[in-house]
Amino acid sequence: MRSTVVSDQNDTPAGGTISSELLHSPPRVVNVGLAVFAADLDAQDVDVVHVDWRPPAGGDKDLARLLSMLTD
Amino acid sequence: MMDSMSLASAIRSANSKALEVLLQGDPVLVDVLPAENLIPELRERKILHAGPPIEWDRMCGPMRGAIAGVVVFEGWAGDLDDAADQASKGCFDFHPNHHFAAVGPMTGLTTCSQPLLVVENRTTGNRAYCTVNEGLGKVMRFGGNDESVRDRLAWIRDSLGPALGAALQSCGGIPLRPLVARGLTMGDEMHQRNVACSSLLLRELAPALASAVADHSDLSEMLAFMGSNDQFFLNIAMAMGKSIMDPVRDIELSTVVTAMTRNGTDFGIRVSGLGDEWFTAPVEMPAGLYFPGFSAVDANPDMGDSTIVETIGLGGFAMAAAPAVAGFVGAGSVAEAAGITARMREITLGEHSEWTIVNENYRGVATGIDIRLVVETGIVPTINTGIAHRQPGIGQVGAGVVKAPLACFEKALRALGERLGLS
Repeated sequence: MRSTVVSDQNDTPAGGTISSELLHSPPRVVNVGLAVFAADLDAQDVDVVHVDWRPPAGGDKDLARLLSMLTD
Repeated sequence: MMDSMSLASAIRSANSKALEVLLQGDPVLVDVLPAENLIPELRERKILHAGPPIEWDRMCGPMRGAIAGVVVFEGWAGDLDDAADQASKGCFDFHPNHHFAAVGPMTGLTTCSQPLLVVENRTTGNRAYCTVNEGLGKVMRFGGNDESVRDRLAWIRDSLGPALGAALQSCGGIPLRPLVARGLTMGDEMHQRNVACSSLLLRELAPALASAVADHSDLSEMLAFMGSNDQFFLNIAMAMGKSIMDPVRDIELSTVVTAMTRNGTDFGIRVSGLGDEWFTAPVEMPAGLYFPGFSAVDANPDMGDSTIVETIGLGGFAMAAAPAVAGFVGAGSVAEAAGITARMREITLGEHSEWTIVNENYRGVATGIDIRLVVETGIVPTINTGIAHRQPGIGQVGAGVVKAPLACFEKALRALGERLGLS
């Protein structure tokens, strides 16, 4: 699971510098995986979208490989 | 061996065909006839049961209790102890209903003299069968086996069954597709709530039944029996489900589930592209609500062929259509009922065009369970179910919700991989 902060700026900061926009505007967060992180942010009035994602086949590598061969 | 892209494409085509056959099913309740007339293989000392194959030594308490009862009912033993003794010595042949175009609720026992409901799929021409619902309380499907249970079975065999058969023959049968569509709009999901469909059926059947039964007292008894049983339609819904799903079998490469069923010990599924093989795992315990005086310690693990209604997209899959049942089975709020239906949409390939859910803006019920989607998401079918007492002879103690074991679907997917040389 991970949380990604999305800035209003489309271009990736170059040379390791951080967009000032990112630091000076309210964060908007896409949370992928564990819902508890999204819930915590929501409780702090942070704009967050939760994506209910988990590894295919519960992380079973053999089944995931089979699925990759049997699905579009 | 096909490359991955061709294989996925071939599976998609096979599943489209499977879904088309499923959605075009046109089931009609046409008759009620003795089982031995419908299933030629069903002779003396042959007993069909719910679920995947199982022998006496692995059967649960209510299944054994029901078998003892039906053996006495058929006159193959003098009393229940004699019946159980003979069963333990291998005197009876046990087979799944599913192997004979039949289904049965809970213990699901089918024997030669019992009358069976006959549902014909007018699109494909096949027929499927189910026993007549015995009513509530202490009944054989929940493991009941005393004299009152056997007397009711005898009345169904000698009076109600022949009368229903005559009535259905005279009226030309009752189309079930529109009846179920209407029942869904009236709050039924056709597994744990059948009050609307039972009432609609009785309304259609009563005139023909009145013509078929000369004695007013007999007619009154039959109408009272059906009218007082909210679950009378369940067995018809089950035969309907079987008649719809059997033609979906044996479509090469299709990953659509054609049967889900349980015998109180094992849960089993069949998959269209995998022939007649059963993929089984230990059945789970239902979570639900109990009648006064009973609790979870009394409950038997889940059982019955009634999961055929979930296989076609009703029951737990249509929970959003039946908010009243969510409370009855302990599934929680109306919102949670809608959530269950939403999750079932994640593991199905299509929606029914006529069986719709009013409070989902007439969206069709989710149907066509794909084992790939179940394994990929980890979302398993949700099933609404009755709960039997774990001891033989007691009967129903509650109702609840149970999950299909994920292992059945994983085993099926691995088997498909092996057949395709991918393992």
